[in-house]
Amino acid sequence: MTAILYVLLAIVVAISIWQIASILNLKSVVATEKDNNVQGILFAVFGVFFYGLMIFSFVKYSVILLPDAASMEGENYDTLYVITMVLILVVQAITQFLLFYFAFKYRGIKGRKALFYADSHKLEMIWTVVPAVVLSGLVLYGLFVWNDVMDTSDAENPLIVEVYAKQFQWEARYAGDDNELGLANVRNIKGINTMGVDMTDKNALDDVPVRELHLPKGRKVIFKFRSQDVLHSAYMPHFRAQMNCVPGMVTQFAFTPSMTTEEMRANDKTIAKVDGINKIRAEKGEDPYEFDYVLLCNKICGASHYNMQMKIIVEEEADFNSWIKSQKTIAQVVK
Amino acid sequence: MSNHHHKETFITKYVFSTDHKMISKQYLVTGIFMGIIGVFMSMLFRLQIAWPDHSFSIIEAFLGRHQDGGVMTPDMYLALVTIHGTIMVFFVLTAGLSGTFSNLLIPLQIGARDMASGFLNMVSYWLFFLSSIIMVISLFVEAGPAAAGWTIYPPLSALPQAMPGSGLGMTLWLVSMAIFVASSLLGSLNYIVTVLNLRTVGMKMTRLPLTIWAFFITAIIGVVSFPVLLSAALLLIFDRSFGTSFFLSDIFIQGEVLHYQGGSPVLFEHLFWFLGHPEVYIVLLPALGITSEIISTNSRKPIFGYRAMIGSIIAIAFLSTIVWGHHMFVSGMNPFLGSVFTFTTLLIAIPSAVKAFNYITTLWKGNLQMNPAMLFSIGLVSTFISGGLTGLVLGDSALDINVHDTYFVVAHFHLVMGVSAIYGMFAGVYHWFPKMYGRMMNKTLGYWHFWITAVAAYGVFFPMHFIGLAGLPRRYYSNTAFPLFDDVADVNIVITMFAILGGSAQIIFLANFFISIYKGKKAEQNPWKSNTLEWTTPVEHVHGNWPGEIPAVHRWAYDYSKPGHDEDFVLQTVPLKDGEEES
Repeated sequence: MTAILYVLLAIVVAISIWQIASILNLKSVVATEKDNNVQGILFAVFGVFFYGLMIFSFVKYSVILLPDAASMEGENYDTLYVITMVLILVVQAITQFLLFYFAFKYRGIKGRKALFYADSHKLEMIWTVVPAVVLSGLVLYGLFVWNDVMDTSDAENPLIVEVYAKQFQWEARYAGDDNELGLANVRNIKGINTMGVDMTDKNALDDVPVRELHLPKGRKVIFKFRSQDVLHSAYMPHFRAQMNCVPGMVTQFAFTPSMTTEEMRANDKTIAKVDGINKIRAEKGEDPYEFDYVLLCNKICGASHYNMQMKIIVEEEADFNSWIKSQKTIAQVVK
Repeated sequence: MSNHHHKETFITKYVFSTDHKMISKQYLVTGIFMGIIGVFMSMLFRLQIAWPDHSFSIIEAFLGRHQDGGVMTPDMYLALVTIHGTIMVFFVLTAGLSGTFSNLLIPLQIGARDMASGFLNMVSYWLFFLSSIIMVISLFVEAGPAAAGWTIYPPLSALPQAMPGSGLGMTLWLVSMAIFVASSLLGSLNYIVTVLNLRTVGMKMTRLPLTIWAFFITAIIGVVSFPVLLSAALLLIFDRSFGTSFFLSDIFIQGEVLHYQGGSPVLFEHLFWFLGHPEVYIVLLPALGITSEIISTNSRKPIFGYRAMIGSIIAIAFLSTIVWGHHMFVSGMNPFLGSVFTFTTLLIAIPSAVKAFNYITTLWKGNLQMNPAMLFSIGLVSTFISGGLTGLVLGDSALDINVHDTYFVVAHFHLVMGVSAIYGMFAGVYHWFPKMYGRMMNKTLGYWHFWITAVAAYGVFFPMHFIGLAGLPRRYYSNTAFPLFDDVADVNIVITMFAILGGSAQIIFLANFFISIYKGKKAEQNPWKSNTLEWTTPVEHVHGNWPGEIPAVHRWAYDYSKPGHDEDFVLQTVPLKDGEEES
């Protein structure tokens, strides 16, 4: 019933808008010289609003952005990102200025004739070739960064970790002493063997199942992703890392953590961001937040998609080694 | 063709009409009604994301069993974003935009009495109508409408166990889209045949207005890519209902192993995006065509670089079919493919840049007539640039990794295809309303409509880039599960406020549109002093468009302010003077 009231309200608003406009300006339909003048000036004003909004957003919202990359590969990412963003902002600033300025400057005047200017091969050549050259540079640098991330063939003694997704939870499995993951398939899922590890595979026995990711600083980690039900995406924004988890296949991503959790907590940008968050939390009477790396799901996967997360802890290699030794192997867990 | 008089009943004139002008109005009004639903849904889910857990009586009023005390359920949130996307992309910006203006303008601007096949044209509209009805019905099924995102990736969309929306709601979605594809194909084939065969004497391809070039190329992209969506939908129906495994393999859900083996969701992603990416240009090119025409007319200047504009439309169309993989950089496909798609994707920036620069140059030293259509066209160029530039981040496989599926993407595509295309649609409505209804729309309301919408659109989508760069994933029902995202809550409130402002501003347009149909000022024959052929037809519609002979064409469409002519426009039907060179 209320729904009908809302609809009626919208109709009443629409009719009153029409009535007000009719009284103000009956049957005015084609722009006059006065309209051209007013609307041209409004474009100039809008240009000011536009740049104002851009500057405001950069000043106000810089603090909420992700802090510095926490992986070695991520540092290249950030460089490429900054170059691209600067380029975008320069082009944006120039083209939008020209657009709004021309809309203002050449607003119509009665009796003036526009310049008949239909073509200039020279100009068109310039704005075909210049973007082409600039883009070639971007493509080349982009491919370098992409290959650096995706190519793991030269990794020395990488740590192999399986990240396992299901509605609406993450699990993980370390490859153990042999650094080789045992076979697994959803058809083996039974009781406590929630990842479907094949217990007859000898590589599987020393695998270590966990519910919290620990990563050693400075050692390359190769992640193998699996999903047991629908698509998920393993997103680790602080490491500039993301890969979909696809049922029926194993996907892969790799990075080398470069900052421990403690180091990241002491990072200037992190401190500023956490301060901002804690101010908001204090106002709402919530406990203060302490920074932690996080793995979250970034592919729509169902009702609780918004709350599918796992904590990541990056620590010095020695600390990592003693932690992993303290964990039970899957042979000890699944009897 | 039908110059002879034949009797029209109410049914043949207003319902099952084969007249392209009536069909175009049917497309427009249906598109507007779907648009109202789509935009209203976005208001509802913006309320949720800005104020999670807050009770709203408007949510209680509209969402029935899918809310609890004025708070929507997570499944309903996902359903709303899914149907919002589907309706806006397909029903409003494909059928509503291309269907309306291709139908109206192709025969009128090339000098034809009607489409090549009026009957197929009618069937095309009624299939679209049927698919709209099915999509609307799907909103009311017990378990809720489809909710797996407008990209409906399986297995989520294939398994009713995975989410309630993947039951009957998803079946109806697929049936609706299959019918939609059939409608779109009939329409597109008609447009292609008409443009190629029914041009009037003297209307060479190189004299066509850019609107027609845009509609023509759009139709070709549609014919190439829409059948692939149909095949994806059919295979998904097979997987859902007949036990095949095209897209599914090794699935354990709700305590049991399903029988599927050997399929791959990545295959579905390929099929979907083979249509999905060209779809962006199916939406955008008609808007750009409309803008070319309106900017030139209202600048009283020829469009700058006519041949380059045609070249860039063709280049964009060709490239659009080989870039789909940039939606799949982190899907698990071979990284080498990522490199290839990065290269082809960034190539598309070149013809896009040419178009943007040509629009700006057309304004330079013009005599700008600030009609509402012109405002929306300038607005389009602005959002096209703002949204297009961030494509440099998303189209680069390396940079995409960390912004993929975040709000950065949402901001990007809403600006570049959503807002831009809807601006093009509004511009077209304001400009050709006199041709459609024989009356004019009110300009003052048009100005208010534009300025509020323009401020709101940037107010929504500019800050949205930042929450994306903060790492916030899209399609989250609430951001409260991560303290990390506590500081984006305020930004989300700002965005929602601008969204409500922008959504409400559309009421101004609706009032102006519907009341002008009945009460608007009677139109003159050529109110904008335009060159193209549609303005040589009488204001009152006649079957066959021109009461007498179809006029012959002697020049291109852009002789505005040409030296040697008294007026600042020269109709395409005016023969060249002695010694006058054609541009």
